[in-house]
Amino acid sequence: MKKNHLKYVMAIAVAITLVSGYALRPDEGLKADADNAGLKLPAGFAALKVAETGAKARHLVVTPQGDIYVKLAKPKEGKGIMVLHPNADGKAEITGGFGNYGGTGIYIKDGYLYASSNQEVFRYKLNAQNVVVNTNAPEKIVTGLKMGRQHETKSLVLDNDGNIYVNIGVNSNSCQQQDRGLRSAGIPGCPLLDSMGGIWQFKANQINQSYGQGVRYATGLRNVVGLDWNQQNNQLFVMQHGRDNLNSSWPELYNTKESAELPAECLYALKKGDNAGWPYMYYDQIQHKKILAPEYGGDKKKEADPKFIDPVAAYPGHLAPNGLLFYTGNMFPEKYKNGAFIAFHGSWNRAPEPQMGYFVVFQPFKNGKPSGDWEVFADNFAGTPEKAAAGRAEHRPCGLAQGPDGSLYVSDDSKGTIYRIIYKKK
Amino acid sequence: MKRVLLTLVILSATLVKLSAQTKKNAPVSALVMTNGKKVYNQYCLSCHMADGGGVQNMNPPLSKTSYVTGDKTRLIKVILNGFSESVEIDGETYTNVMAPHNFLKDQEIADVLSYIRNSFGNKSGGVSALEVKNVRARNKK
Repeated sequence: MKKNHLKYVMAIAVAITLVSGYALRPDEGLKADADNAGLKLPAGFAALKVAETGAKARHLVVTPQGDIYVKLAKPKEGKGIMVLHPNADGKAEITGGFGNYGGTGIYIKDGYLYASSNQEVFRYKLNAQNVVVNTNAPEKIVTGLKMGRQHETKSLVLDNDGNIYVNIGVNSNSCQQQDRGLRSAGIPGCPLLDSMGGIWQFKANQINQSYGQGVRYATGLRNVVGLDWNQQNNQLFVMQHGRDNLNSSWPELYNTKESAELPAECLYALKKGDNAGWPYMYYDQIQHKKILAPEYGGDKKKEADPKFIDPVAAYPGHLAPNGLLFYTGNMFPEKYKNGAFIAFHGSWNRAPEPQMGYFVVFQPFKNGKPSGDWEVFADNFAGTPEKAAAGRAEHRPCGLAQGPDGSLYVSDDSKGTIYRIIYKKK
Repeated sequence: MKRVLLTLVILSATLVKLSAQTKKNAPVSALVMTNGKKVYNQYCLSCHMADGGGVQNMNPPLSKTSYVTGDKTRLIKVILNGFSESVEIDGETYTNVMAPHNFLKDQEIADVLSYIRNSFGNKSGGVSALEVKNVRARNKK
């Protein structure tokens, strides 16, 4: 323990030296991998593999001191949160772990580390160096959230007013009588929505909250994994995982090509009380319309009730947006500032058409709204285009985090690689 | 008379055993494989993928798992009733629900099961329409 302490003190000293150096020379000490970690990046960018964790690395956070906390889908050696400590060259070593639960969500706000299992939210007090004070004594902030076999993860983010937002995904594809069944109709008034299929809001500092103490902040969202708080608008943004199986459930209406493209994966800017329309509708990014779901009488043309909100941006179907991050750093060129990075985990429900995704996208923003076309920012997590098309990707991007120097960190929940993308001035 | 009976019993037992063995190792015809693949492409491929490898964390692989290569009755029931149990296959779990595919005809189920039991690196005996019919009859409450 003492030895550990000393290590931290020394590391902090090193970190302070480095941070002060970054202001003038962003790439001092930091070394990109010769092959940019196997990624394809825009000109001027480079990347390194920070660590190979060998774990299902979901969301992650980087502290102002450069330490990395990674939430694991499944605990590794009994530990569900992994701690990594960086060296001067940017590579990091696993220095510890805690929390015996698997999960996805992790976030730092106002001196606490928040992390979720698939049913609960915990928080851990941090010291001035953003090290967890007591890894064995978290406060249980939220408990008893519903968890199905699918869409079970609980992503989370906090606002600036002491509230925590938790996704509760619904354990259904489209609220059919028989989930994913052939020509199976939707259940009228989808009863699942009372406790799933939305974002719930809880108090950040109150223990043992559940549905009774929380607020259903937004509904009609099938499953959200990537979400972030936009500091410019002071608003919650989420990426929905759109529905599957348009062709396999409704072969007379949708051919395999249409089923691969539709529906859009949507970015929503949420206000309290919003309804994004699942399961009654989906967003068709080709027609630019909200379309009535076939389970509820749709024919791929009939439009849905206009009371459902529109997405602020739409992306091709089934790409699985697992990470969303508004970039507020100073390392990257000006056009990236306040824009959104989206980690697309990669598709499966596009078969027999080629699979797609396994990349990080940049969505330009202006005045807190998407402005201009999205572009692929970091590609080739799959290893080769053939592996991507076959859905046999080597790495699958999942979580996004911003480092104190403005580096972009990306986690991979397949092999457990932690990437760091940096901008190198000419 | 006793001896004749005994011989008959032994003979028939041997025959049953032999026929069971033959059944187990019955080679699957090219026609069954072709028809099975057709059913697979229409109803199975979108989740289990063209290579039968499934999807990490979501849809289980069909290659080299006892669910496919083992007990035929259990396998036929997966098609008839769907599958939504939490099971571990090689240390991995899979979350997606498989809907019942009881709308498929006995022959279609026999063909597709024979196909998956002899594809993706699997080499197991075929499944007959009669076997499917029997399981379906017992499957009804």
